[in-house]
Amino acid sequence: MDLEPDKKIDIEELLKDIENYRPRRQGWTWRNKVEDQKIGPFVYKETSETLKNSIPLPAARSFGKIDPQPEPVITTEIASGRFEDDIRRMRMAAWHGADHIMVIRTAGQSHFDGLIEGTPEGVGGIPITRKQIRATRKALDYIEDEVGRPINFHSYVSGVAGAEIAVLFAEEGVNGAHQDPQYNILYRDVNMYRSFVDAAVAKKIMSSTGMLQIDGAHNANATAREAWKVMPELFVQHAINSMFSVKAGMPKDKISLSTVPPVASPAPDLRLNLPYSIALRELFDEYKFRAQQNTKYMESSIREATVTHTLNLLLSELTSADLQSTITPDEGRNVPWHYFNVQAVDTAKQAFAGMDGLKELVELKTEQGVLKEKARELKERAILFMEEILKVGGYFKAVSEGFFVDSGKYPERNGDGIVRKMDGGVAADSIVKRDQDYMAPVCDHFGYNNLPEKIDKPCDLIGGCTIHNPDKIEFIDELDPEDNVNNRLENNKELRKDNKLKPEVQWLGDGWVNITMFLPENETIAEVAAVEIAKKMNLKDPEVIHKEVMHPAEGTLCEVKGRVDFSINIDQLEIPEKEETLPFEEIRGYVDQNQLSVVAATVGKDEHSVGMREIIDIKHGGIEKYGIDVTYLGTSVPITKAVDAAIEIDADAILISTIISHNDIHRTNMKKLNDLCVEKGIRDKLILIAGGTQVNNEMAVKAGLDAGYGRGTHGDDVASFLVKKLRGDYNG
Amino acid sequence: MPIKREDDFEKRREHLKGLSEQKLKERFWELTEEVVDPLIDLAKSHTSASIERSVLLRMGFNSIDAKAIVNQVINADLLGKGAGHVVYKVAQKEDRPIKEVGLDIGKEKYSKDELRKLFTGGGK
Repeated sequence: MDLEPDKKIDIEELLKDIENYRPRRQGWTWRNKVEDQKIGPFVYKETSETLKNSIPLPAARSFGKIDPQPEPVITTEIASGRFEDDIRRMRMAAWHGADHIMVIRTAGQSHFDGLIEGTPEGVGGIPITRKQIRATRKALDYIEDEVGRPINFHSYVSGVAGAEIAVLFAEEGVNGAHQDPQYNILYRDVNMYRSFVDAAVAKKIMSSTGMLQIDGAHNANATAREAWKVMPELFVQHAINSMFSVKAGMPKDKISLSTVPPVASPAPDLRLNLPYSIALRELFDEYKFRAQQNTKYMESSIREATVTHTLNLLLSELTSADLQSTITPDEGRNVPWHYFNVQAVDTAKQAFAGMDGLKELVELKTEQGVLKEKARELKERAILFMEEILKVGGYFKAVSEGFFVDSGKYPERNGDGIVRKMDGGVAADSIVKRDQDYMAPVCDHFGYNNLPEKIDKPCDLIGGCTIHNPDKIEFIDELDPEDNVNNRLENNKELRKDNKLKPEVQWLGDGWVNITMFLPENETIAEVAAVEIAKKMNLKDPEVIHKEVMHPAEGTLCEVKGRVDFSINIDQLEIPEKEETLPFEEIRGYVDQNQLSVVAATVGKDEHSVGMREIIDIKHGGIEKYGIDVTYLGTSVPITKAVDAAIEIDADAILISTIISHNDIHRTNMKKLNDLCVEKGIRDKLILIAGGTQVNNEMAVKAGLDAGYGRGTHGDDVASFLVKKLRGDYNG
Repeated sequence: MPIKREDDFEKRREHLKGLSEQKLKERFWELTEEVVDPLIDLAKSHTSASIERSVLLRMGFNSIDAKAIVNQVINADLLGKGAGHVVYKVAQKEDRPIKEVGLDIGKEKYSKDELRKLFTGGGK
């Protein structure tokens, strides 16, 4: 199955023969940096290879549709609970520039004692199973071929089945994973001994296939009451997991610190976050950095989250990021929606392109002054933290005394840290000492292993292990006859096969739409009124997901989500035919033989000239290049003047630009042009065309003109229309 | 129980004050190693149900069978020998394929005593 850009991914096709799927590679892939890369009219200092298929930023339209890809791997987190819908979102994100897809696990999987099989639906994430991984990895194979860049697939090796999940990931070609025993202990209340014992085995297995590991320290930011005060502890958590990983056999270049700028604006973001980021990179200079974005201070404002994340990106640019994570800006409202994943990826892509080569222009004062002093202070505080861990009797004792996630800036203590009992938590009392004759006849097994002498590799004892001989892997398909992908696909078949269409934000046919309204009332009234208005619009289950006071009395902005419970039939839509533009030679040839002249002007009280110049100027590829004679009258031209000029030079057409749409002035201008030409008896001798950002063809034709053009129009489109109209292509 | 304490950084840092950046970094990593060493020793010398299931997965058992086998190994109090080891020993003794033997163990076709007997004489 090859993907075609104009065709949707076929999930049923994807699932065919899934029991025999094998991943095409293992381990992590970085982007390939290209030095001084020329892209369009620019030379970039910090970009990687461009993509075969991609969607550039909107403003790229003005730069020849360039789509520079930044140097760091870009992460997006996708997990809506149904992998078959996530796959479609992954494809969209990849087209915008994501090459690290993280899949969050369903609530409760970390306490599940064993592997989950089949494809049950998840809550707040995906049940990670062999079938789900295979289907997703297989889809990503196709998607990476389509965009032309390897895509890393990633999930979590944690909980009480960490060692097995690591094997599953190694077998199925998962490229990266979160693994941090401290995360299990602090946030999942898994017994601390169990957590570390399992972690070492998991890490060794992860290393066997070159997976990249990301740690879990950043969760302390998200949990602590005053996140910026946990900075010293973050060094400690990063260090413990990094050192433990190295000692479990993981190479340092496969260990990535998950680091979040702990504070966010309106706090003085850079003044607090920059010294921290510098100190971290100085202490951990042998490791990789995964720059995560701040989520702790995220509210429901998309704009605010985007600005916070852009400042985080500035921090990455000023320091370093091997991977740049992105957080969907709607995470403060709901489970992330499709298009917010894409927007978050675009935010990173846009910011990095904009900051390209910044370090050649500015220098950080790391050798003196406040940056150095603050960074030094944080390091010392972290060392004091380590000293006290040892003083009380080691890591486990420290956790049991609530050392971690205390909101005091160490050595200050507020007594609100997370306390875990040494003999408590999930799976307490579940580790067993390996006997002297303990043996595991498999490869890449961490720890004591009393293997017989004279064997090349341990799995020779059993005729090969699954890592060396994947044919040995046993695939389980579905275990639950109700809760599985086949039933879900059956239920939404008409939306996939019968040309029925419904809006969606995360699952096919979920029906959610978002509407924005300004209400000239106070917050309390506006919120209730917004829901009432949505109900009257026939939206089901309406809910205000964001409100912002514009003024206590004058008004409130509300965003309301609600569901539509109908679908529309695509076959019954009247889709306007796309106008085919004539080839250059054909237009040029006609103009050569039939001397064409036009009058062009921006009409009304309107000083916008850029759009019209693009349509007419030869240097912008406008209609002049075909030899059309253009009389340009300038801006703020009265309609009468344009018509008089056309009469005077005996023009074939009048082109008006009307950008301002206040009070519908653009419609008025178009209608006025037609009416005046009719009045003067010259309407049938002239082609009348209007253009503008708020203009479209339907609107212009309704106003009596021959054609109307909106955003994205080029001189070619106008020249082609003129020729077709003049030679009578539209008659009959 | 978690303590409450004012920020006494200035007092505590006395011994770090004079250290160069390089020395400071070395101290940080030395202390880390001191904290981590007992953890890694614990991991080296211990196993768990998840670890043993991970061994069986690597030996070619599916997750359901791996779970059943490990449960029988735990019942027989033999997790410290290694679940893969138990399967391996039976297969060796009976000269049967690993897979067949493992499934039989999972299906409780061997009693605790039969499994334990495999290791008599082995040091615990």
